[in-house]
Amino acid sequence: MPLPDAEVLLAALTEQMRPAVSSDTLLVGIHTGGVWLAQRLHESLGLSQPLGTIDVSFYRDDYSSRGLHPRVKPSEIPFEIADADVVLVDDVLFTGRTIRAALNELFDYGRPRRVRLAALVDRGGRELPMAAQFVGAEVSVREDEQIELRKAADGRLNLVVTPSPGAG
Amino acid sequence: MAYNPQLNANGELQHLLTIEGLPREIIVSILDTAHSFLSVAEREVKKVPLLRGKSVFNLFFESSTRTRTTFEIAAKRLSADVINLNVGTSSQSKGETLLDTVANLSAMHADMFVVRHAQSGAAHLIARHVAPYIHVINAGDGRHAHPTQGLLDMFTIRHYKKEFSNLRVAVVGDVLHSRVARSQIHALTTLGVPEVRVIGPRTLLPTNVSELGVQVYHDMAQGLKDVDVVIMLRLQNERMNGALLPSAQEFFKYYGLTPEKLALAKPGAIVMHPGPMNRGVEIDSSVADGRQSVILPQVTFGIAVRMAVMSILAGNT
Repeated sequence: MPLPDAEVLLAALTEQMRPAVSSDTLLVGIHTGGVWLAQRLHESLGLSQPLGTIDVSFYRDDYSSRGLHPRVKPSEIPFEIADADVVLVDDVLFTGRTIRAALNELFDYGRPRRVRLAALVDRGGRELPMAAQFVGAEVSVREDEQIELRKAADGRLNLVVTPSPGAG
Repeated sequence: MAYNPQLNANGELQHLLTIEGLPREIIVSILDTAHSFLSVAEREVKKVPLLRGKSVFNLFFESSTRTRTTFEIAAKRLSADVINLNVGTSSQSKGETLLDTVANLSAMHADMFVVRHAQSGAAHLIARHVAPYIHVINAGDGRHAHPTQGLLDMFTIRHYKKEFSNLRVAVVGDVLHSRVARSQIHALTTLGVPEVRVIGPRTLLPTNVSELGVQVYHDMAQGLKDVDVVIMLRLQNERMNGALLPSAQEFFKYYGLTPEKLALAKPGAIVMHPGPMNRGVEIDSSVADGRQSVILPQVTFGIAVRMAVMSILAGNT
């Protein structure tokens, strides 16, 4: 099955979110693809608060088997999380483990009033009880494949299917 | 690649014993990871769960308040359980050997040892004898190495100067007795600093120091000219047996960093010191507390760097 156009999905995601966010909604993108999406959403939704970013490497549950990710980036949450209305943004929702890690990290900054999740694509395969409130599209790929969001030099986003690193 | 007792079969860091021979990519990845740990200290919960359930033993055969404390804070911010042992005052004084002490602590399910010892090579010896899942960090061995101090100094330099490739760095004072100086020199040359100078009296510089790839100066006015970074070393009174120096006052006169001597360096030069400082011996108070001093940021950065080292080691099994 060919993957949908990421730019079309992003436009759909934006329109889903528009009536559901207010000017004080805080967007937090999950590195790396989620940050690109959050930047675009932040701009098109005209949110007034700065953008947050999270790298979940310090909270991953596979650290003891896979070690620390060699290119971990700093998380930046430039606002008060306590009592905030947060939307986490990720590119691909799959097992739910990244979202679990992101929630744990978020709560180390404070207790948000509400956290919702926006994902460009949902490929199913959940291993934890996670659900996204905003989804660009549901797609299915083989178990030994992964979906990656990429950003071209001109800033355009596109989705590609690659062999999963753990497969084979 | 030559055998390196610090690396595992995949070339990943298994122990941190010395900066000498450490690949540049590993040093850079430690500095990059430390950068991401900096912001953890600014949050409401200053902890991440990486080392949850792990036991880190601070094994200090030689006393050091600051280094031990920063390792303890680093391990606690990684959620490890930390056990501090001042071994000088316990089993060793009853005659237990170093390796027996380590074997006993391993039987208590230690996952990591942070070792400070007056003998050069003590951390290497422990690393050779521990089980493969145990990691060892050298927190200073004799005159040999103090790798986390060297790394935090590199982090500090990168923080203020961004690049290493255009720098002139001077290491000043008692290089002869300084494991810190050795670690700094290896790190600076590995990271591609084009000009590393050591400045000190003949009696406090190792005879073969130029073989480390540094330029040797005995005069502060010449050595400090146009440098970007001035690293002062502590005058190690407790390591000096015999008369290497006429007096601390005379040392200060020729090698103490005063505002007048610092003015010879580049205008934006930073001043570093690994601590503890001897004010009025190697550094004047007005410089230590002055605008160009980054001595306290070094301490803060040291925690993030030690968190990075511990989390990289513990993840490499």
